[in-house]
Amino acid sequence: MAFEGLANKLQETLKKLRGSGKLNEKDVKEAMREVKMALLEADVNFKVVKDFVSRVTDRAVGHEVMESLTPGQQVIKIVNDELTQLMGNTQSKIVFSSKPPTIIMMVGLQGAGKTTTCGKLALNLKKQGKKPILVACDIYRPAAIKQLHVVAGQVEADVFSLGDKTKPVDICKAAIEHASKSGNDVLIIDTAGRLHINEELMDELLEIKDNIRPTEIMLVVDSMTGQDAVNVAESFNQKLGLDGVILTKLDGDTRGGAALSIKAVTSKPIKYAGMGEKMSDLEPFHPDRMASRILGMGDVLSLIEKAQLNIDDKKAMELEKKIRTQQFSFEDFLDQLQQMKKMGSLSQLVDMIPGMNAGKLKGMEVDDKEIVRVEAIIKSMTKKERLEPSILNGSRRKRIALGSGTTIQDVNKIIKNFEQTRKMMKQFADMGKDMKKGKKRLPFFR
Amino acid sequence: MADLFKKLKDGLFKTRNNITDRINSVLSSFKTIDEDLFDELEEILITSDVGVETTMKLLEGIKKEVKEQKINDPKAVIELLKQEVLRVMSKDVAPVSNEYPQIIVLIGVNGVGKTTSVGKIANRYKQAGKKVLIAAADTFRAAAIEQLEVWSNRVGADIIKHQEGADPAAIIFDAISAAKSRKTDVIICDTAGRLHNKKNLMEELKKIFRIIDREYPEAHREVYLVLDATTGQNAIIQAKVFKEAADITGIVLTKLDGTAKGGIVIAIKSELNVPVRLVGVGEKIDDLQDFDPVDFANAIFPE
Repeated sequence: MAFEGLANKLQETLKKLRGSGKLNEKDVKEAMREVKMALLEADVNFKVVKDFVSRVTDRAVGHEVMESLTPGQQVIKIVNDELTQLMGNTQSKIVFSSKPPTIIMMVGLQGAGKTTTCGKLALNLKKQGKKPILVACDIYRPAAIKQLHVVAGQVEADVFSLGDKTKPVDICKAAIEHASKSGNDVLIIDTAGRLHINEELMDELLEIKDNIRPTEIMLVVDSMTGQDAVNVAESFNQKLGLDGVILTKLDGDTRGGAALSIKAVTSKPIKYAGMGEKMSDLEPFHPDRMASRILGMGDVLSLIEKAQLNIDDKKAMELEKKIRTQQFSFEDFLDQLQQMKKMGSLSQLVDMIPGMNAGKLKGMEVDDKEIVRVEAIIKSMTKKERLEPSILNGSRRKRIALGSGTTIQDVNKIIKNFEQTRKMMKQFADMGKDMKKGKKRLPFFR
Repeated sequence: MADLFKKLKDGLFKTRNNITDRINSVLSSFKTIDEDLFDELEEILITSDVGVETTMKLLEGIKKEVKEQKINDPKAVIELLKQEVLRVMSKDVAPVSNEYPQIIVLIGVNGVGKTTSVGKIANRYKQAGKKVLIAAADTFRAAAIEQLEVWSNRVGADIIKHQEGADPAAIIFDAISAAKSRKTDVIICDTAGRLHNKKNLMEELKKIFRIIDREYPEAHREVYLVLDATTGQNAIIQAKVFKEAADITGIVLTKLDGTAKGGIVIAIKSELNVPVRLVGVGEKIDDLQDFDPVDFANAIFPE
């Protein structure tokens, strides 16, 4: 998970403080030295680290902590506050032009992930009811235009391209012309990757900017970038004036220090983060939630939002009724699995649960394949079997095992788990009845 | 050869400027060697992506020298630092093999420049008069195959490809059969970028190597991990994990023509003892150079 390493290190350091009833200056200094090392190893910019540590230390040895009843906790709160501060306080959204079309220009170094991110962003905007068109301005990298076409195909978005012989600025102008006729209200411009010190190519970007006045200029940054991230962001910002940053490859095990530094140095907000290889894996960036995640405090808000976004209300109500009346069947179980899959991979979800940070799960692989196996088993059952699991005798179980490519033991395990879950759910449901009515319950189990 | 050296030096120009300018300015502001001086050096090395651990190691070595040789002049410290880096970078590095047939596999995370490096490496062997075959085993990224086709045309090398989504191991298999029948000297394999924490993708990589083991045991094998010079400390983790899936024989360091200081290779060499073999210093087809530790140290710390 993103930030895993940093999170572990910080947690380890702060754990020592957590229980302390009394803190002296030496304890804080010692802890801050370790925090400093952890941040540096996470590629947080050196200057940013220095500032951060001195701010936290100032606050931690001041009144705020010494007079509190739980000084250890208080220090953690300060670190959390400052981390959030560092990444920007609130979520920043893409700004849409009051006079369409909105023009979003993507810039960055080679290999940051601009083309892929263009596709992901298009999908994201489509979900918000926009009609984006991707503009192919990377005329240098071989097959970049083809790649944009493929990516656009995956998210069913339009593409505008004039091949690789036309100047990018002319492509952009023609694209705007085209959009006014085709009714596309957002243009996403994929520019070629370039070094921030390549004057010629930077001037090309400036020329595009001056000619088409983009609504948003987004810098796409690989979250694995080291100390140089800040130089890159500053150069692009000075030349073009950025409006925001999109972090990519945050699903690696990078400690993501670049994310922390860029906001601090350029004061430009991180608007999105790429969290995986699927086109839907682009998430709005919530600094406060990310800070909690780093400190291992979980991110329940994102979890709930994900659930709300992907789970059908009506189905949830039906399910609730079924659970109460104990009519929950394998059919519903399958339904649940599919809904859960829509929310993303299990390991991603686990990251968001408080107290379930990756460190604690070390050695325990969260296996998405397991779900596929369970699905196969249930799908190998007949409709009748799914509705009335009690009729599953030995020969039926054998058939299911063969049909799903598993063993009878696997099938038995699933059936047993299912029965237990059903019982448990009944108990929960009964408990819930006494509680406030109408409160939406998440259709989770386990 | 002089030209080669100049190019590398130019490529490293930014690198050198950044580190030495700052070191020099630090050194000139100090009259004696004390803890503050080492603190400043520590900062410079860390901001060059050398990493906390390796920085400490380097500085410890220098501190010891300073003490033993009773050095008082802060300016002598730069020479020590240079020697120390040179020592780390050239420690048990065997020369690049020129046994043929050879198979070279490029691996690495997404966006480091694998496909481009395959093209550039193919060009190098082609220029040396070798018969080259490119295997397009990145079947995952959109248009990766097309990108490589452009390179194969530029270089004038044969290419073995399937369609997008095909099994990469099958392409390697085909490439090996083709190489045998066409008497090819070098196969250069592109692979899909993968984040090293994606287990199934790392398994896919192992499968590729199983195929090579079985079908082409007679070929000399090089496995290059491609690293982006702008990458920070995560590169060490990348190198560690890729090392588990493959016997990495060298590193290709790309994008060294930016302002990134590429200090990470010092850390990787020091911690994992994997030598840097090639460096990418520009976008042109011949902007991939042999890595020479002496040149590297000289370019970073000029006389």
